[in-house]
Amino acid sequence: MTATSPQHFDALFNPRGIVVAGASTHPGKFGFVSLHNILASGYEGKVFATNRDGADVLGIQCATSIDDLPEGEIDLVFVCTPASTNLELLTACGRKGIKAAFLTSAGYAEAGDDGIAAQAELVALADELDILLAGPNGQGVVSTPANLCAQIVAPFPPAGRIGVASQSGNFVSSFLNWSRQTGVGISRAVSAGNAASTTVPDFLDYYASDAETAVGLAYVEGIADGRDFYERMRAITPSMPLVVVKGGATAGGARAAASHTGSLASDDRVFDGAMRQAGVIRSLTVEEGFEAAASFATQPLPKGNRVVVVTTAGGWGVVTADAIHSSELELVALPDDLLAAIDEKLPPRWSKNNPVDMAGGETRDTIPEVMETIATHDEVDAIVYLGLGIQSNQARMMKEGRFYPDHGLERIVEYHERQDRRFATAAAEISQATGKPILTATELGSADPDNPGPAAVRESGRLCYGSANRAVTALEQMWRYQRYLHG
Amino acid sequence: MTTLSEAASKALLAPHGVPFLDERTCDTADSAAAAGDELGYPVVAKLNGDAIAHKTERGLVRLGLSDTDSLRRAADELLEAATPEDGEVSVLVAPMVSSNREFICGVSTDPQFGTTVLLGVGGILAEAIADVSIRLAPITERDAHSMIDELRTSDLLGAFRGSPAVDRDALVALLVGLSSVAVAEPDIAAIDLNPVLIVDGKPIAVDALVEVAA
Repeated sequence: MTATSPQHFDALFNPRGIVVAGASTHPGKFGFVSLHNILASGYEGKVFATNRDGADVLGIQCATSIDDLPEGEIDLVFVCTPASTNLELLTACGRKGIKAAFLTSAGYAEAGDDGIAAQAELVALADELDILLAGPNGQGVVSTPANLCAQIVAPFPPAGRIGVASQSGNFVSSFLNWSRQTGVGISRAVSAGNAASTTVPDFLDYYASDAETAVGLAYVEGIADGRDFYERMRAITPSMPLVVVKGGATAGGARAAASHTGSLASDDRVFDGAMRQAGVIRSLTVEEGFEAAASFATQPLPKGNRVVVVTTAGGWGVVTADAIHSSELELVALPDDLLAAIDEKLPPRWSKNNPVDMAGGETRDTIPEVMETIATHDEVDAIVYLGLGIQSNQARMMKEGRFYPDHGLERIVEYHERQDRRFATAAAEISQATGKPILTATELGSADPDNPGPAAVRESGRLCYGSANRAVTALEQMWRYQRYLHG
Repeated sequence: MTTLSEAASKALLAPHGVPFLDERTCDTADSAAAAGDELGYPVVAKLNGDAIAHKTERGLVRLGLSDTDSLRRAADELLEAATPEDGEVSVLVAPMVSSNREFICGVSTDPQFGTTVLLGVGGILAEAIADVSIRLAPITERDAHSMIDELRTSDLLGAFRGSPAVDRDALVALLVGLSSVAVAEPDIAAIDLNPVLIVDGKPIAVDALVEVAA
């Protein structure tokens, strides 16, 4: 019986104390880096370490054996020792009441027949000791509610509601890097390594019951039992949205088959169909996967597919309309009463159509007011908002130019920046108040992250989408999930 | 793997709600001619047998037979074309239908995911176009609806060049029927309904091939 109860996961993600086994004095070694990352990320539980010589590492006096550590204070062992010593180590951990082990050690199933045998022994021992076994050959575990960054790699992401589980450790880092860049945070993250005992579906199962996690984001490759994976995912999606990025999509390709059906049913198409059937959002790229997860984590689900595009300039609206037309979303025709209500707030040259192109007709309060008018209408389910940050972009140019701060530029710079912050905040507040998603898209989020518009989107906890197309993709994925849940 | 004859394949699938034409299995040219007279012309004649999987490639399908004489002649030729390896053979006589919309429906067994159900746009370009959607058996009616929606060319299901819209519920019933027969008969490794023609808005499988684990 594998140790995967909520208490075991709690020992991994919320440990009262941690011991790093195999701590090193060499700053290039995993045994140093992991201890460093645990201490540097602000983990508040007790931290212990062991090494052969009983050296001092980063102010921690290492024990030479687990046996010398106190009992009942440590829940998690982070293992950086060689595979050959790990059975003995695990046995000692069992005696101390340790409930979870994360193994970075290599030399297991990834390393041929001997490694496969060693891994089987390891799993059997962990089961016998009732210890949750994560890894081996993994990069680590992150848990922001516990300020825990037990990883042999960077980074430590901001706190949030995305739970990451990955068969590739470097994909964990990729998702966490996106989290750092966008400000949309992570609750838990784990690199499953060889997933000898605790698998990606096991972690996702736990996330579904975890109050800190709103969405699961997984990277998988080489699934051993597709039918089982499908059943596990299908059991989770009613309670938590799942986003899956899969590698090796084209590896198998089409099979030789006697039947036409068989030759059309390539590995990738079967996986795709199975994920749709299970209500899983499948993303083809890291950034698309992260953005889908970030949307589920920060936006309400759309109740329908009727979208209004609000833009301060025409061209963006046209391209966004194209993207919506080729999606499962609907660029809804403005109902007469809504059109009349918007008309009262904008000068006559506005588009009088969806996209709502304000054609530069905005005064101090126009954008928040128009957005609210649209969002509160019964026949609108979601808004894509374009044009944030333009004013601050000009303000930046003024600030960096040689005429600032003279020539009366201070006041206008301050006004532009205040307006963009206000628009971003309004988008989040109106979305919250109406329970409808409002997605803000501008490349300024990455072109100039300090622009007060995108910066205020980040402060609101939401994702500033890099383009309208990416916002439309994310919105379509939310709509698919909503439809899966409610027909 | 062994294949069932077209007639045996259809006999296995029909009770699960897969729609086929009213057609006759005939042992002689005389009985084929009588079947044609009864069904009304034009008709199609095909050589039928357990070992005959790819009839078209071997020239064992005769289309558009417009009277008794041409049917009798075609039936004679088909029976003579049979080789000893074909085993026991007969001639299938079916009404000739045509359609500007073809789909492919089927079942296959994936090594990772087990039994799958497939819907795709059919015709001679089917494999190049590869507009297909797949689900794992068993499927629900809702799954079948989402398979139809997923096709890139799902517009083909609307009213099309003077033909009425496809009866979605009938297509859903066909897909669910394929799923239920695959679940009920675990020996089935694959089913090909190729093509499924849309006639007066209704899907009709004009050919069927069932492959079973030996």
